Amino acid sequence: MTTTALPTYEDAIARFEPVIGLETHVELGTQTKMFCGCRTEFGAEPNTQVCPVCLALPGALPVANRAGIEATIRIGLALNCDIATWCRMARKNYFYPDMPKNFQTSQYDEPLCAEGYVDVEYEGKPYRIGIERVHLEEDTGKSLHVGGATGRIQGATESLVDYNRAGIPLVEIVTKPVPGLGALAPEIAKAYVTELRDIIRSLGVSDVRMEQGSLRCDVNTSLNKPGEEWGTRTETKNVNSLRSVERAVRSEIIRQASLLDEGTRIIQETRHFHEDRGDTSPGRSKETATDYRYFPEPDLVPIAPDPAWVAELKAALPERPSSKRARLREDWGISEIDMQSVANAGAVELIEETIAAGASPAGARKWWMGELARRANETGIDLADIGATPLQVAELQKLVDAGKLNDKLARAVLEGVVAGEGDPAAVMAARGLEVVNDEGALTAAVDEAIAANPDIAAKIREGKVAAAGALVGAVMKTTRGQADAKTVRDLILARLS
Amino acid sequence: MSDLTRMSAVELAGAIKNKQVSAVEVAQAHLDRISAVDERVHAFLHVDAEGALAAAARVDKGEITGPLAGVPVAVKDVIATKGVPTTAASKILEGWRPPYSATIYERLQAAGTVPLGKTNMDEFAMGSSTEYSAYGPTNNPWDLGRIPGGSGGGSAAALAAYEAPLAIGTDTGGSIRQPGAVTGTVGAKPTYGGTSRYGLIAFSSSLDTPGPCARNVEDAALLHSVIGGHDVRDSTSIPQPMPDVVAAARLGATGDLTGVKLGLVKEFAGDGSEPGVIAAFRESLEALVKLGAEVVEVSCPNFQYALPAYYLIAPSECSSNLARFDGVRYGLRVGDDGNRSLEEVMSLTRDAGFGAEVKRRIILGTYALSSGYYDAYYGQAQKVRTLITRDFEKAFEQVDVLVSPTTPFVAFPFGSRTSDPYQMYLADLFTIPTNLYGGPAISVPCGLSEGLPVGFQIMAPTMADDRMYRVGAALESAVGTFTPPAL
Amino acid sequence: MAAISREEVAHLARLSRLAVTEQELDQFAGQLDVILQSVARVGEVAADDIPPTSHSVPLTNVYRDDVPQPSLTQDEALSGAPDAFDGRFRVPRILDEEA
Repeated sequence: MTTTALPTYEDAIARFEPVIGLETHVELGTQTKMFCGCRTEFGAEPNTQVCPVCLALPGALPVANRAGIEATIRIGLALNCDIATWCRMARKNYFYPDMPKNFQTSQYDEPLCAEGYVDVEYEGKPYRIGIERVHLEEDTGKSLHVGGATGRIQGATESLVDYNRAGIPLVEIVTKPVPGLGALAPEIAKAYVTELRDIIRSLGVSDVRMEQGSLRCDVNTSLNKPGEEWGTRTETKNVNSLRSVERAVRSEIIRQASLLDEGTRIIQETRHFHEDRGDTSPGRSKETATDYRYFPEPDLVPIAPDPAWVAELKAALPERPSSKRARLREDWGISEIDMQSVANAGAVELIEETIAAGASPAGARKWWMGELARRANETGIDLADIGATPLQVAELQKLVDAGKLNDKLARAVLEGVVAGEGDPAAVMAARGLEVVNDEGALTAAVDEAIAANPDIAAKIREGKVAAAGALVGAVMKTTRGQADAKTVRDLILARLS
Repeated sequence: MSDLTRMSAVELAGAIKNKQVSAVEVAQAHLDRISAVDERVHAFLHVDAEGALAAAARVDKGEITGPLAGVPVAVKDVIATKGVPTTAASKILEGWRPPYSATIYERLQAAGTVPLGKTNMDEFAMGSSTEYSAYGPTNNPWDLGRIPGGSGGGSAAALAAYEAPLAIGTDTGGSIRQPGAVTGTVGAKPTYGGTSRYGLIAFSSSLDTPGPCARNVEDAALLHSVIGGHDVRDSTSIPQPMPDVVAAARLGATGDLTGVKLGLVKEFAGDGSEPGVIAAFRESLEALVKLGAEVVEVSCPNFQYALPAYYLIAPSECSSNLARFDGVRYGLRVGDDGNRSLEEVMSLTRDAGFGAEVKRRIILGTYALSSGYYDAYYGQAQKVRTLITRDFEKAFEQVDVLVSPTTPFVAFPFGSRTSDPYQMYLADLFTIPTNLYGGPAISVPCGLSEGLPVGFQIMAPTMADDRMYRVGAALESAVGTFTPPAL
Repeated sequence: MAAISREEVAHLARLSRLAVTEQELDQFAGQLDVILQSVARVGEVAADDIPPTSHSVPLTNVYRDDVPQPSLTQDEALSGAPDAFDGRFRVPRILDEEA
């Protein structure tokens, strides 16, 4: 470990040019595993979603899941790739206890999709990230490490293996090396993963949740002096959030610059990103890594997608999330920054559907990005799973528009909806939350408020209309919020004019 | 009733169907025979008497009918059988009882056959003599001091010793046919993809083919028809319907081969076959000509590379297929003393659990797949495979089937080829090309050399399994069957 | 010259997770050398323009539908395990990044 102070990021980037590359693994959301009919439900009891095939019992054989092939091709098409007309699965041979066959069924020199690109935008400027390949493989099981500190593999005395995840389809998306980004390399890396996530989510083939591991990212980084050849790259694993993508690239640029400054050679190795510390530590050195002895998988026959089928899949691709966002931004009349937060909150489709169900764009956005987004943040539940549907939110907004609910009451109704008490109208009725529109009752309350606050009433009579707010508040208090504030205000002004 | 163990499968099935004998009696007769002779033959690794009698009882109750209902069958121990020990003759799987069954085993059960137990073999089907079984060799009923062939020596010996009328084998480089040849029994390797590999413990996935073993050609065809056909659990299983092999065998048994062209592979002529083998083969060929067949010499110039290509492809695939035996999910675990790492325990387990031949092949295959060697070895072997396939295809433009001796030599004495592995490999010289091509081939007994059986091999185009049964049955009708001396 | 050295065999054995003994190493190195010299004959064939055969059946696109099938029970899954605990397969400590 060096004791020299690390250079600042600005320092590092002033002297070195980074080249980055990203390898992203996407766990597909198929009903069954890639090569057997076992379910893929998250969180099942250990070793209950396993069979002779995914446990690699002697004699068992794989049969490929059509949905996995189709999803991979759709991802490839969405990333502008060429789809192979003929390719084979391959065995990647190495021993690891999470991997029941001690080889991974993957693809080697014949990926299903290759030569594509993703366009990302950062601060209004476009960047094109080349896609080297998109291939299909299978996931491993999971080990619990026992006897060491906090479940880490280091220091553990034994491990307990669950193969429920083994064999779930994984799609690996590998970018070409991306040079020329300069100081923006970390931000573009993050923007790329974000765009990739949005594209894949729009295809509906994966829930692409980094925190649950259904989207995993390895970041390759190298540095070179301007005009010189690319440097030796490191591969950073364990990058588990979008923010970490950016931080991992940044910290690796600083670390490598520091080593290069000392004249130390960068070794090609795998490094692990630490979310807490924001830096990386070394893993296995690739130079001593095993020889994977790839060969075509004899138990699976070649994949030869019918060009007509591929064309069909291509024609049926959903609108690209970035262009869809641009279109919706225009329709909704909001700024790029607001649209970005809508996208980040995963609210684009929800708001879109709410509008389709009859709500105004502003109304729809207000509920999803306000009350509901706040709840989602607090509870860690996805906005889509929060308990309110676009239809319900649209109904809520209609009740507000009709003057049957005011803002405060609407929040209470929404709370009831989220709590599962039913649709807004039902919650409103059950909780007795309708706006009081009985003129007589309101007039009485207004008169009472005027009588109780003669000073304020006098000010209003003198033309200081702004003072009406205090009287409105008093009326709202006596009606327990169930009055429409605007009606109350109008009544007060009429009385005191 | 005459001795039930001497009857053919067809005769037994008929007798059971006609209630001349019960399936339980037939099963018991074979279990008794096993008790009487298997100590000397050692064809079985596990006898499932209880399961056999229960299966037979179901047939007697009329729950299952069919052309082989009630007929006993011995199953090579490389086939997964639910709840019945399955070891592939390896220490690494000692005591393993699979929680599932191979497709062909399910088909055997559905057809009402009566599985007697699991037969001995070379460990993981790697060998030509059963000397590489971790549980000791099987002895050839013709001469207990000689090998019964391999890897399926147990299945072949069980037939020759009248312990079972039918048996299942698997053929990767000749493991059904060569044991058939040296025990005077019939062994057929179906078209690759014509019989399901699901539940067959893999040795070399692109070559392994399960198939029937019997004492006569028609019995083999019947068994073939019961276990064969498409299986959705095997991606390499052929979806097209298979030809009617039983009808072909019956046609051949009429003894008419008029218009059938037999191809004699020129390149096999000079290849070190024993004189007695050559003589028996020549006589049989003449017998076939008398039945109306025509003999045409064909050239298959790349067959000389079949053995080298095979000994690259099969070990390469086996090195990967056998990686799963790691002492984690099933089987042996050695050296887990609480201190050693998993890697150490895995390595100790695999060294202790695998025999020398298996380890040799794993190391050889690991080498052939290594980067830097792949192109020269595995890659080149796969190209040779293409050339051999082309040789077959070209030959089948001229002839209906190819014929050769099954193996260059008759059953050899124990220990005579174990010190030099390559000498053992030569036993499969004539059988291997077919595996690389993927076509069907059968070995039919054709005579004796110094009192020991000689096999006649008939190779057919892929999905033309019927042709080999027709010619095989015709040969059988001409030369008869061969009975070993009493045990 | 030998086609394969004792050291290479030792390396391959490690790669194959075989804790071979010194005696086995001696034996295998010699035998593998003989075998390799014999199988190297595949190199005699000029096959530059020959496509390799990886599968002997002319099949492509064999798939199953994405429909769940019954799995084994946990007991069945663990029935053959040399060691199991709490529904999982128990293994000795794994060296960090073992691969």
